Amino acid sequence: MNATMTGVHEERAFGFWLYLMSDAIIFALLFATYLVMRNNLAGGPGGGELFDLSNAFVETMLLLVSSLTFGFAALSADARRRGAVLMWLGVTFVLGVAFVMLELREFAGMIAEGAGPDRSGFLSAFFTLVGTHGLHVSGGLTFIAVMMGQIVFKGLTPPVTSRLFRLGLFWHFLDIVWIGIFSVVYLPGGL
Amino acid sequence: MLGRLTLDALPFYSWVAMGGALVTVLGGLAIALVITMMGKWRYIWSEWLTSLDHKRIGIMYVMLALVMLLRGFIDALMMRAQQAVALNSDGYLPPDHFDQIFSSHGTIMIFFMAMPFLTGLINIIMPQQIGSRDVAFPFLNSVSLWLTAAGAGLMLVSLVIGKFSTAGWTGYPPYSGAAYSPGVGVDYWIWSIQVSGIGTTLSGINFIVTILKRRAPGMTFMRMPMFTWTVLCSSVLMIFAFPALTVVVSMLALDRIFGMHFFTNADGGNMMNYVNLIWIWGHPEVYILILPAFGIFSEVVATFSAKRLFGYPSLVYATAVIALLSFTVWLHHFFTMGASANVNAFFGVATMVIAVPTGVKVFDWLMTMYRGRITFHPSMKWTLGFMVTFVIGGMTGVLLALPPADYLMHNSTFLVAHFHNMLIPGALFGYFAAYMYWFPKAFGFTLDARWGTRAFWFWVVGFYIAFMPLYALGFMGMSRRMEHYNIAEWQPFLVTAAVGAVLVLIGIVCLGMQLYVSIRDRDANRDTTGDPWNGRTLEWLAASPPPPYNFAVVPEVRSLDAFHEMKQRGEAYRRPERYEDIEMPKNSGIGVVIGVAAGVFGFAMVWQIGWAAIGAGLVILAALVVRSSQEETETVMPAAEVKRIEDARFAALSASRREEVAA
Repeated sequence: MNATMTGVHEERAFGFWLYLMSDAIIFALLFATYLVMRNNLAGGPGGGELFDLSNAFVETMLLLVSSLTFGFAALSADARRRGAVLMWLGVTFVLGVAFVMLELREFAGMIAEGAGPDRSGFLSAFFTLVGTHGLHVSGGLTFIAVMMGQIVFKGLTPPVTSRLFRLGLFWHFLDIVWIGIFSVVYLPGGL
Repeated sequence: MLGRLTLDALPFYSWVAMGGALVTVLGGLAIALVITMMGKWRYIWSEWLTSLDHKRIGIMYVMLALVMLLRGFIDALMMRAQQAVALNSDGYLPPDHFDQIFSSHGTIMIFFMAMPFLTGLINIIMPQQIGSRDVAFPFLNSVSLWLTAAGAGLMLVSLVIGKFSTAGWTGYPPYSGAAYSPGVGVDYWIWSIQVSGIGTTLSGINFIVTILKRRAPGMTFMRMPMFTWTVLCSSVLMIFAFPALTVVVSMLALDRIFGMHFFTNADGGNMMNYVNLIWIWGHPEVYILILPAFGIFSEVVATFSAKRLFGYPSLVYATAVIALLSFTVWLHHFFTMGASANVNAFFGVATMVIAVPTGVKVFDWLMTMYRGRITFHPSMKWTLGFMVTFVIGGMTGVLLALPPADYLMHNSTFLVAHFHNMLIPGALFGYFAAYMYWFPKAFGFTLDARWGTRAFWFWVVGFYIAFMPLYALGFMGMSRRMEHYNIAEWQPFLVTAAVGAVLVLIGIVCLGMQLYVSIRDRDANRDTTGDPWNGRTLEWLAASPPPPYNFAVVPEVRSLDAFHEMKQRGEAYRRPERYEDIEMPKNSGIGVVIGVAAGVFGFAMVWQIGWAAIGAGLVILAALVVRSSQEETETVMPAAEVKRIEDARFAALSASRREEVAA
């Protein structure tokens, strides 16, 4: 990378950090709302009846491992091994898809039991918090797919690795948010 | 197929609404017709709409703001007229329509007048002030502009197709929920501010990165011009406060569309959470609007007092403290919610504390003027009008910060008078001062001072006559947003307020005249030096209007008033030995595509047209993917071209010098 390219990368990375900060505010407010509405059951089911801790644990593992595999992708990009980058991104993608599928299955099951987001304030807050995270993961998956395409067609050019770096920030950020969801939503509700 | 959209959406329910719709449609058609007749579509598309030049984007923002100012002001005039006549009668506006008008007035003035005006001024000036050639992310800048324009477009569409919200500009539930507002009005409100709010968050990111990463060499933090400092603080507020708006408005939308229970009356909803969340955004928003205006006043007062700004460090710290404190006072908007006395006391005290740094600023400006050689340029008049008027508004604010007093005045016209007394002088007068101060920088000729002064006097006198009666009415027990009333003692005050609104209208006409006269006489008022006011900061170093790259050679900064110091040393207009190639962003139509798609998405969500919403979402996604795959987004201006532009600039400079000497 030449000097101006480094400058551009630095600026974009910094801008992306700022974006993540504003996204963190969104999650902070969703968490706060969830905590405020946790007991607004309106006669409907609560977390103890609904949450399946083992399912949430598997989701957690999928996401944590995907963060690890993304790390391998980033290392391979540093080593300029294009095939390895694609392979690790592919693994990350599959793990992410599995996570989203599990989440959708959980949501579908709850809705089928009559515990959909329109049942109570608590469930509205739950579906919105967890769903917003799920939407972010889906966005991240789209981003991974686009990056894989760019690596295939463009190779590991400076703009592509710069974008890959920001995708990494995004993906790890979602992991951290999920740890929050697991600890604040599933653990107290499911135990 | 078209969701909730049927022919009933057209405004045949009242002749006033029909008139508004006709004016909107005919106005749009007239503009399109004029452009077509002049054959300027290609020019407007390739030179303006798709431009990534921060100065052009800024100008488009300000134009949007001025158009929306007209729309918002017509709303104000209609309300004043209604209340002036509605004693024991229904007046001329049906309640449903009156409620739409006060809702759209607030929404427009905050989101589509003040915000674009501010963002436009920042765009035009801030990069030049820090000696930069552009903002950090020119393409993102274009996306922000078009998202804001899409939101404004939805506001205008709501005049013609369907109705606007009747829930006020803050849209409190449960009234704004589906149970009590089943129509599309609240949805128009939700999606217009949602779309433009995302644009604002992106602008905030862009400005912060620009200021932190693109300052000219030597410009340390404590050498940054005051306006740039206030922009930095205001941008921090944007990225931390606007997500709260995004969240709360999304939750309201989820309640309305999917029957969720965030804010409903029954089934575990908590409407007070809405009030908290919206003011966690709303209070910092006030400072987002006001802080940069403080920066503008600081620049204007230093330039037109021909003195260094007094107490620069204290102004910087005061700005930062205000930015910080702005997150600790949101509860004062609802003391009457019934939080405990201790909670109310905390927020009351925090609110009063904000008056301290603000007071520091007022004294700094006064001391800057003290023993200065003051020029009474219209910008300086706006500044003086601001100082006197704003202090009165600040006093009534401290009064409202006392929870026991607030219980008496909550939701009365006293409150209406208070916040207009903050935002009209504190934000709008600042933007007008900036408009008249930096206009020659943007267009290359100065604005007519006589019409500017006339506009100032009509605005400031009109303001007092329109809003002082509302303070009194608040004490007399009048609550805000009344469509009619039966207390005869109120009417003289409301008639007086309406007279004030007419004076402000004359002030707006004067602004229009000023623009007309100045454009007509532009050849007599050319700014050939680039520095018409003997300025002190770097934006006056470049030509007026600046070349696309702003600075052929990036200036070196050695002190706070960098340009003033350069002039003192005789280095300001030194010709460089050689020029270099300059990289600049290529124009891009993708920002426009994203904006239009976001507008369609909002419209589809309002009318619940599923396929159109999905389609618009896919278009946005595709646009982003295409943009991220483009490699050659920059173009290089060769050194020879730079030299040609700069030679012409220096020729004009020396010609104007000769004229000066001859005179």
